[in-house]
Amino acid sequence: MIEMLPGLFNYWVAVILMMTGFYVVVAQNNLVKKLVGLGLFQASVFIFYISIGKVAGGAPPIIEHGSQLYSNPLPHVLILTAIVVGVATTAVGLSLIVRIRETYGSVEEDEINSADRHAELDQKDEDNDQG
Amino acid sequence: MAITALRMRDLFAVVMLFGIYSLLTAMFFMNLDAVDVAFTEAAVGAGVSTILMLAALRLVGRFEKPHKHNPILPLLVVGATGAALIYGFSDAPLLGDSAAPAQMHLAPRYLEHAQKQTGVPNVVTAVLASYRGYDTLGETVVVFTAGLAVMLLLGMSSPSPIPDFGSTDDQRVQRHAVKLLMPFILLYALYVQFHGDFGAGGGFQAGVIFAAGLVLYDLVLGHLHTRQVIRAPILVRMAALGVLIYGCVGLYSLLSDKAYLDYSALSPDAVHGQHLGILLVELGVGLTVFSVITLIYYAFSARRPNT
Repeated sequence: MIEMLPGLFNYWVAVILMMTGFYVVVAQNNLVKKLVGLGLFQASVFIFYISIGKVAGGAPPIIEHGSQLYSNPLPHVLILTAIVVGVATTAVGLSLIVRIRETYGSVEEDEINSADRHAELDQKDEDNDQG
Repeated sequence: MAITALRMRDLFAVVMLFGIYSLLTAMFFMNLDAVDVAFTEAAVGAGVSTILMLAALRLVGRFEKPHKHNPILPLLVVGATGAALIYGFSDAPLLGDSAAPAQMHLAPRYLEHAQKQTGVPNVVTAVLASYRGYDTLGETVVVFTAGLAVMLLLGMSSPSPIPDFGSTDDQRVQRHAVKLLMPFILLYALYVQFHGDFGAGGGFQAGVIFAAGLVLYDLVLGHLHTRQVIRAPILVRMAALGVLIYGCVGLYSLLSDKAYLDYSALSPDAVHGQHLGILLVELGVGLTVFSVITLIYYAFSARRPNT
């Protein structure tokens, strides 16, 4: 296990980054920070894929004369598009946060939850008054 | 670095650190031979997404509120998941192993045939636009839909001119530097677009670089300048046009008795047809990506914070 550490280094990096992002998504209270955590999680998956495609001594997968060994182009294609789709979806997330802030006046999860709970209680009170 | 970023309460610093982290990731990809990906990550991560995050911060406030919570349960969950993952990869192939299962099946076929079948030396572009054309069509549509969603959420109102906001009249150096750099950035984006079949690059990267250039221009020269050059309704049509070009290339090959997105129908010479098809499809992708990202930026920057 220990002697394989350098060879498996890429997996260690990916797992540590992924868990950091995961922790932020679960434990942080601020929605913008949660989104950054999600970005971190996403980046760790990118690193994982790209490192799988690496071939020792290989060249970038652009065919030219005099080079025989190339890295695997398939993960590159997948991640290339995933990055652009990732920024588009992040933008959707950010705009949702902006709307939440405009409605609730806050981007902290606990405040939003308590505002929701109050609104629910008020609604119940009103129903009781009418009934 | 990532961990420091997440401990900070000043969200501005968090976002800036995240940008630097993206740039480092791009260098890492470069090291791992993924030139196209490094390209994209540098333009998207360090450029566009940082700007979008900052634009959103302007609307939601810069500082996080301190809060008390018990970190033990999340730490436990995260630790358990991490341990499971580490156990899972303990017998995974080593980094750079050329006999790993991932290297055995599809990749050698692509590397061997791509240039002969499509006439495109950059295998990443060939796989992206030709072999896996369906995927890329789907992804282009996803980007388009994300743009639509942001439009629906934030609206497309033209910004009310607020004279003192974001004024950089006193920053002559920046204004002149941007005016000087602008044509080169746009030219470079076009080069990346149309040279993507021979070198690193392609529609996704070119679209992002073009949009980043416009965003830079807009940031320094103030809001109303860029909007006069390219208006939002035109951008919406351009985004749709990109998807349409992609789809129509597919339809054309379908109507010529070939499979959907089989570009050899485009020309009597199959290889030439493939090459032409890849160029057209990349053009569609570039148009959509560029206009969607610029639209998203417009939507964020036109919104005014309500207090």
